[in-house]
Amino acid sequence: MIFDVEHETLPREELEALQLRRLQSLVERVYHNVPFYKKRLEEKGVRPGDIQKLDDVRHLPFTEKQDLRNNYPYGMFAVSMENIVRIHSSSGTTGKATVVGYTHRDVKNWASLMGRCFAAAGVGPGDILHNAYGYGLFTGGLGAHYGAEAVGATVIPMSGGATRRQIMIIKDFMATAICCTPSYSLHLAETAEELGIDFRKLPLKVGIFGAEPWSESMRKDIEAKLNIQALDIYGLSEIMGPGVGIECAEAQNGLHMQEDHFLLEIIDPVSGEPVAPGEMGELVITTLTKEAIPLLRYRTRDLTRLEYTPCRCGRTTARMMRVQGRSDDMLIIRGVNVFPQQIESILLDTDGLAPHYQLVVDRKGTMDTLEVRVEVNEGVFTDEIKGLQSLEKKVQGSIKEFLGVTASVKLVEPKGIERSMGKAQRIIDLRKEAK
Amino acid sequence: MKVDQLSIFLENRAGRLAEVTKILSDSGVNIRALSLADTSDFGILRLIVSDFEKARNELKNQGFTVGRTTVVAVEVDDQPGGLHNILSILQAENINVEYMYAFVHQSSNHAVIIFRFDRTDQAIELLKKHNLTIIPGEKLYSL
Repeated sequence: MIFDVEHETLPREELEALQLRRLQSLVERVYHNVPFYKKRLEEKGVRPGDIQKLDDVRHLPFTEKQDLRNNYPYGMFAVSMENIVRIHSSSGTTGKATVVGYTHRDVKNWASLMGRCFAAAGVGPGDILHNAYGYGLFTGGLGAHYGAEAVGATVIPMSGGATRRQIMIIKDFMATAICCTPSYSLHLAETAEELGIDFRKLPLKVGIFGAEPWSESMRKDIEAKLNIQALDIYGLSEIMGPGVGIECAEAQNGLHMQEDHFLLEIIDPVSGEPVAPGEMGELVITTLTKEAIPLLRYRTRDLTRLEYTPCRCGRTTARMMRVQGRSDDMLIIRGVNVFPQQIESILLDTDGLAPHYQLVVDRKGTMDTLEVRVEVNEGVFTDEIKGLQSLEKKVQGSIKEFLGVTASVKLVEPKGIERSMGKAQRIIDLRKEAK
Repeated sequence: MKVDQLSIFLENRAGRLAEVTKILSDSGVNIRALSLADTSDFGILRLIVSDFEKARNELKNQGFTVGRTTVVAVEVDDQPGGLHNILSILQAENINVEYMYAFVHQSSNHAVIIFRFDRTDQAIELLKKHNLTIIPGEKLYSL
């Protein structure tokens, strides 16, 4: 089901013409209203009138998360506070929180973009949406809430927590759709099982999951345990919140990006230059319509690629393939770009290896060295030396084959890799200390 | 007839072996036989102990990766040719020895050799046919 047929199925030429008009107006607005951008544009010698074609976006400065932090809380706002009707904020787990504001029109646009997402997931009038995204400063709860109302669905504004109660409500209120993080959906299913409730027998048919990275195998797990279709939704608070893109229920293959509102680029995270079409790189987003806090070329740090081939659902928008990792984690080893996630998938594809690993990069003379430390668990442990050595060789061979990098593989004891409460420390780069 | 052997994965770090022996000592488990195989970065400690389940649980609780392997304990005459006799019997039937280690128990004229075979059951059959003494697990644990 397509919510906004006019915009979601625009022929590319018309879409690009619309994007250009919006980009020109955006640059004009930030130049005059955001001192931060005026300075940045002047430093680059770019005047608003210089944007003549879409490709000219390359002359604009990048915006990084740090810029939002440096201008905490309201320094990046392009309108006065009288026009701000809502404030959201990131959690601030990796530094100072970033604050975003919305004008009345921003909130309306967001609702309609989220509405498109729900429609793509097949959610509409008659559906009962159990919304277990957190309500509050986090954008998930309210973002989904307004979107579901926009398509005429019934919203249960559940928010997070109180898992047992959630299960009762899903069951008693006969929810047909759910949104939350993918890991929470599994937690719900497991808790339901303990309570003797079989999720597969409930009327739930679709889940819209986001706010954390998840894999294809996790999707299969969720779909089996909840007997639903599990769809991936993408967004980030700096850009808007959820609703920047979503998979359609028809194809479930890549996330349709709302290109009339967001101009997308894929760049080489090191050089900042565009990659060849279809190649993987870092997603950069320019907000074409946002009023309160418009951003030029925001570096998402998410590594992905875009697919422009037509989708069988009828939408003409570019599809973003599953996010492969974050560019902040990229390592350059003897000139080769290596992402921890690539190593991770090799390890996970090697039968039985625990997903706990660490990459140690060092330099011997002029040569970079990569050591992959991986924990041995009972699944792969054998009392024969040759068995463990062949496991090391197998992993080493796969890394060489898939990444073109020679790594040494070192098996370590369980818990041999330090656990952290937050994000795991996957990389130890000793080269930096040597400099 | 078979013997349960405990195998433990160890990183090559000073003091790691002592941690294992401390855990066993604290839980009152006696070591009957042991062998340590090592490479430059890890080792595998193989043990036959007085109480397999207890030793395994204690080590697992302390975060060690442990495994169970079935091995065979064969009594060998403590004289020239004792071991060779056994190996020739096995060789004739193409049974491969993955690894082996020996221990001599007190006041006896026999040595005991622990074998890990590629085909354990056939090996036991064969050795019995040749009237060799195989020490059952229960006996070995409490020697």
